[in-house]
Amino acid sequence: MSIFSRIVERLFFLAAAGSALLTVAVFLLLLYLALPLFEQGGFWALIRSPWDPGAGFYGIYPMLVGSLSIAFLALLIGFPLSLGGAFFITCFAPLFLRRHLLNLVRLLTGVPTVVYSFAALFLLVPFLRENLTGGSGLNILGAALMLAVLIAPTMIIFFVDALRRVPSGFLQAVTALGGSPAQGLVYIALPLAWPGILNGLLLGLGRAMGDTMISLMIAGNAVALPESMTDSARTLTAHIALVIAADVSSLEFQSIFACGILLYLFTALLVLMVRLLGKFPKRSPG
Amino acid sequence: MNRFGELLLALFSWCCTLLLTATVGILMVFLLRRGLPAFNMALFFGDTPPLDALLLIKPVFDGLFPALFGTLALVLVAVCCAVPVGLATGIYLAEYAAVAPKRVLNLLFDLLAGIPSIVVGLAGFALAVVLHRTFSGGIGPCLLLSALALAFLVLPYLIRATQNALEAVDPVTRRTALALGASKVQNIFYVLLPNRLADLTGGVILAVGRCAEDTAVIMLTGVVAFAGVPNSLLRKYEAVPFYIYTISSQYTDFQELQRGFAAALVLLFLCAALFLLAFFIQRHLKERLFYR
Repeated sequence: MSIFSRIVERLFFLAAAGSALLTVAVFLLLLYLALPLFEQGGFWALIRSPWDPGAGFYGIYPMLVGSLSIAFLALLIGFPLSLGGAFFITCFAPLFLRRHLLNLVRLLTGVPTVVYSFAALFLLVPFLRENLTGGSGLNILGAALMLAVLIAPTMIIFFVDALRRVPSGFLQAVTALGGSPAQGLVYIALPLAWPGILNGLLLGLGRAMGDTMISLMIAGNAVALPESMTDSARTLTAHIALVIAADVSSLEFQSIFACGILLYLFTALLVLMVRLLGKFPKRSPG
Repeated sequence: MNRFGELLLALFSWCCTLLLTATVGILMVFLLRRGLPAFNMALFFGDTPPLDALLLIKPVFDGLFPALFGTLALVLVAVCCAVPVGLATGIYLAEYAAVAPKRVLNLLFDLLAGIPSIVVGLAGFALAVVLHRTFSGGIGPCLLLSALALAFLVLPYLIRATQNALEAVDPVTRRTALALGASKVQNIFYVLLPNRLADLTGGVILAVGRCAEDTAVIMLTGVVAFAGVPNSLLRKYEAVPFYIYTISSQYTDFQELQRGFAAALVLLFLCAALFLLAFFIQRHLKERLFYR
């Protein structure tokens, strides 16, 4: 083997090892800065208690609830929509439309989050305020609706990708046996593409949970515990963005590292869950 | 599945697609109607003569130009950092990694892909804090820090795109060059990568778009509302996404709000243009170089 090849292969390895180490390093870095919290035994108390700086409480429980409710509501709205969109692009759309639609969806993944939130802030929020929810119009429902629109293109691309990677011979066999495209989709493509679809779902939920701008601009950022969909709420991500300017050594400031760790751990949990689901025996076609 | 079920599924798909398209369409039309009237030279350059601003002779105070400049620099540095590492890691995963290390790496990169951008920004900020504590007066929040954090943010997209692309090469294509005596590295660079160039482009496109649009990361790592055109990587800077956010939270009059709408349009056009550019350049290249 030539020296050039060996160097290139070594570089490949170094890049992989470096990227992997960085992933761990981020967590350790957050842990290091949240260390004072652990030493005071305050980490779990912080997660369970409310946010009331006046009374000395810097808990992030309301933000945790806000994050979870917004993300899951968004997924509840966005997942069926995306699945339908992916079915449309792979199976039901007129042939000439399919490629253009997929390109359009790709383009939509690039629509900046802050642009969505800006448009929604001056269109959706007044609409909600005057017609549905009342109050300021800044609430969980609006944020979840916008998040659903935001994560849909990402999920559609993953779903379509997964469905398209099913060998075309399988689908041709369905056609040859007299099956319709819809039957090929439901009985052959879907069972085979399941891992890819889960992957897309993971990314969707991750994006919904981790999105900052939409919840920061549309959810209202109230620090009280939200009780319904029409309540204003603050997410973990928005909390980080809002508190960052504070004094570095204060307890208030350290709470954002707790937020960061929580978000990181939630992500890890998601990834592990999907991995476990992927271990289930897959249905073989036919 | 009976005929009725099929019909229902088709109807469901149609409705989903229409609903999504309509929602996005309405938002875009709304942006265009509010933003287009404010689209003029003053939006970009304020009161400064455009040529003086472009040549960096005079600073721009009331326009988008410094923010645009900052965003472009940010994207350039971030993508240049992330693409080589992402490609190399993807290649390693797809072509070299043994079963056990591959499992660990896959898990870690899934994890990396899920890390919210604000946490990446927080990590960047934390790095600055730690550096500041260790070496007093070290690197603070700045353009370079933001770019590195952004590169880290888009890394998993690039890795996954590369890995998935390479693993999707069909076995016959994969073995042909090897059978003719090509080395593994030659096979990768002359057969596998060109073969999947379209997929790889998809990954890079996603990365470019995310770098330009991300607000959360830069919010924590050095963007400010006013800094002028950055003349060094170690300075604070302005960026378009943050400009939009600032206006949405603290606009004082109608004029300023109009500028916000126009800035949102600019960012939208910028992202769309970056997408289309990458799209066509790559497609063109592929046809010119490899299918002649």
